Amino acid sequence: MDTLLEMKSITKRFDTVVALDNVNMAAVNGEIHAIVGENGAGKSTLMKVLSGVYPHGDYEGEVFYKGSLCRFRNIKDSEKSGIVIIHQELALIPYLSIAENIFMGHEQAKGGVINWRVTHQKTVKLLERIGLSENPNTLVIDIGVGKQQLVEIAKALAKKVEVLVLDEPTAALNEIESENLLNLMLELKKEGITCILISHKLNEVLKVADRITILRDGKTVETFANDGDADENRIIRGMVGRDIAHRFPPRETKPGEVLFEVKDWTVYHPDISDKKVIDNANLHVKRGEVVGIAGLMGAGRTELAMSLFGKAYGTKISGTIIKDGKPLALHNISQAIDNGIAYVTEDRKQFGLLLDETICRNISLANLKEVCKYLTVDEFKEKRVAEDYRSKIDIRARDVQQHAKNLSGGNQQKVVLGKWLFADPEVLILDEPTRGIDVGAKYEIYQIINQLAYEGKCVIVISSELPEVIGLSDRIYVMNEGRIIGELPKEEATQEAIMECIMQHQGGVR
Amino acid sequence: MYHAAPRGGTMNIIKDNLRQYGLLIALVGIAIFFQVRTGGVIFLPNNITNLILQNSYILILAIGMTLVIVTGRIDLSVGSVVAFSGALSGVFIVEMGWPVWVAILICLVAGAVIGAFHGFLIAYINIPFFVVTLAGMLGFRGLTMIILDGRMIGPFPAQFQMMAAGFVPDFFNGSNFNITAVAVCALLCVLYIFSALRKRRIALKYGVTAMPIPFLIASIIIVTAAIALFGYWFGAANGIPNIVVLLGVLILIYTFLTNRTMMGRHIYACGSNAKASELSGVKTKQVVFWVYVSMGVLAALAGLVFTARLNAAMPRAGTGFELQAIAAAFIGGASPSGGVGKVTGAIIGAMVVGIITNGMSILGISLPAQQMVTGMVLLAAVIFDVVSKNNVLKLRNPFAR
Repeated sequence: MDTLLEMKSITKRFDTVVALDNVNMAAVNGEIHAIVGENGAGKSTLMKVLSGVYPHGDYEGEVFYKGSLCRFRNIKDSEKSGIVIIHQELALIPYLSIAENIFMGHEQAKGGVINWRVTHQKTVKLLERIGLSENPNTLVIDIGVGKQQLVEIAKALAKKVEVLVLDEPTAALNEIESENLLNLMLELKKEGITCILISHKLNEVLKVADRITILRDGKTVETFANDGDADENRIIRGMVGRDIAHRFPPRETKPGEVLFEVKDWTVYHPDISDKKVIDNANLHVKRGEVVGIAGLMGAGRTELAMSLFGKAYGTKISGTIIKDGKPLALHNISQAIDNGIAYVTEDRKQFGLLLDETICRNISLANLKEVCKYLTVDEFKEKRVAEDYRSKIDIRARDVQQHAKNLSGGNQQKVVLGKWLFADPEVLILDEPTRGIDVGAKYEIYQIINQLAYEGKCVIVISSELPEVIGLSDRIYVMNEGRIIGELPKEEATQEAIMECIMQHQGGVR
Repeated sequence: MYHAAPRGGTMNIIKDNLRQYGLLIALVGIAIFFQVRTGGVIFLPNNITNLILQNSYILILAIGMTLVIVTGRIDLSVGSVVAFSGALSGVFIVEMGWPVWVAILICLVAGAVIGAFHGFLIAYINIPFFVVTLAGMLGFRGLTMIILDGRMIGPFPAQFQMMAAGFVPDFFNGSNFNITAVAVCALLCVLYIFSALRKRRIALKYGVTAMPIPFLIASIIIVTAAIALFGYWFGAANGIPNIVVLLGVLILIYTFLTNRTMMGRHIYACGSNAKASELSGVKTKQVVFWVYVSMGVLAALAGLVFTARLNAAMPRAGTGFELQAIAAAFIGGASPSGGVGKVTGAIIGAMVVGIITNGMSILGISLPAQQMVTGMVLLAAVIFDVVSKNNVLKLRNPFAR
């Protein structure tokens, strides 16, 4: 066993947040090495260090490849030495052919003129190697996601790859496609290519990996060989095992009667009209209750929330929303807001904030009527309201005239929250409310959530971080592939229980 | 990343308005430069009046274009709509002899319908604005030529010409000086001082950062001096042009609309982040639709003013106006990516271009050279915006590649 690639004591900071803390990882020549960990554990960051997205000097620690120290300045450098990453979001160009995509960036050309005959021949050979029977001239948009994933691998092979990094390669694939991909990985291994596999699907990891490294909170937990002793429980324990006693402020919960109820909610994809995104979901939330929705990426949590929020997502929506015993017909977002429903979006920069506008104007946006006299905005009242919320939820800014883009992530999130608090909803859906913000700001947001519950509002929290869902919620719904597959009261909600619930349904329905 | 709170908000008030002040200073500087070079011709009362009349239709278009640009779009069709509206007025007034006000009303409604057509396609059917308004630009130019059949229509009755060429009559019968102009300007000064003081009083009452006293006094002195100067110019010339009254009303309405109303807020919100606005309950499609309707009406109005000024409806009227209006809005600080821009900024932007063109004409510099300079001014203004913005971005995100 000779080590091909070694990452030694890698530490990577973003401002004050430590994303990677002294991480060690080593891959042996010709093995499949799996890296597992929760969302936010640092897997992707580690791979970005490896591939030069974060250039040498931007992190602490050393990367050795074939025995020599790497000083990659960018992705091109790492690719030149044979390390290729395939990201979760595929980087193919839809309206170019398979052949054009495979040789994108390293075209078979002489003096700038492309030799299509050679391109074609080489593509045919590569497609044969990965077991994909498609015409090289087929446009990428015309083949399915599974085949696109294979084209990405062919593209890597064309670059004379020696270390292939796959980030969640099967997340968007169905069973058969996943199976094919895993088999292909085993084939490539025989050819001597080293693979690093990042995956949430532990059954797949156990199937193909030679060794497994577990990351948690930016630290290496352990690396172990995938032999007889390794099973899902061991991995889950490693991914999860931490003390979560003091990360969440205590809440004296006294949920009242049911206020918000969703029955038989079914939603279809807006573009692919025969694809069910949400399948017959039923849920209810009591006054003063915090309900969590757990699930993997692509489970349909955001889609469920947005479709409930005035049909902001999806087509052919059927089902009933009941609030206070009365069914609601919500046809657009402003009706949803008027009926006391708020949805705090997942991606605050893209969907939550007016970055070029002031804090003041962001906070008033969803409830401008409140600060309006006749048709005119009462700017003084608006400013006073904004100042009010600034001190109430402690948005750290020089004043409410400061532009949203100049705030830190945590404070931006508080501005978004402030906007929805001012809209004074009874049902508040929070989608990944603490993504990408530091621990201190997280705690403050948890306190706001507790305060809302105390005021008798319904709070629904969607989060990919299991400890957060468990720490915050009175009750948890588990979602998978558009369906609610489980409901766990606080007492039974452990990370192991949730993961098991998801794993049982993974692939079971298709 | 985290900004330490500085003392008071004075610096911030200045910083937030730096772009506007800078442009105003540039305008004054350019005006003085040409005043010196032309040996005092620029500031002659008659030249000032002329300058405003010459640029009035661009000013009207620039007001509407600012709103369109704030939503992150443009409208290429306005030049052709100017010609189309002029042609309609020629047909109705000169050829068919309809009453002037009826014809004006029809033209404005036609402008609204055109704007609604564009707005509907852009907002509700999701056709790219560039394509829709480019088609409008070609289509309405063609339609104008069909209506006019290659002729010019004119002359118009005096009543119609008054709109662009007339002056507010002097109610006080000043012999060689228009007293009404002076009186109106004096009244405006008083109103301005009154409203500035009132605003400050309310700000203090609500405990919001108010403009500090020295700045308040300075701004009052500058604004009243400017109004007084216009009072002198209009008084010494023929009085207040009707078009100035029209422009004043439009600027007032649109400034109010953009700064004070919910609709205005929604326009800026849409341009800043359409998706976030939509998810906050803003009806983004309606907003875009109405902005195009307003642009259509203003384009029709500009067409009427242009026709009245030339006293003829012409097939090639308004060629290139859309680009002049867009340039004025950009020079006035509107951002091509949307969300930023002020009506007053566009007015000042149009005046900057107007004075440069006027000054160079007086100096006998050729038209091509004038266009070159206009192009450079536009580029310089936008470079200034982009570079100052980029610096902010770099400070904020050291990891941005």
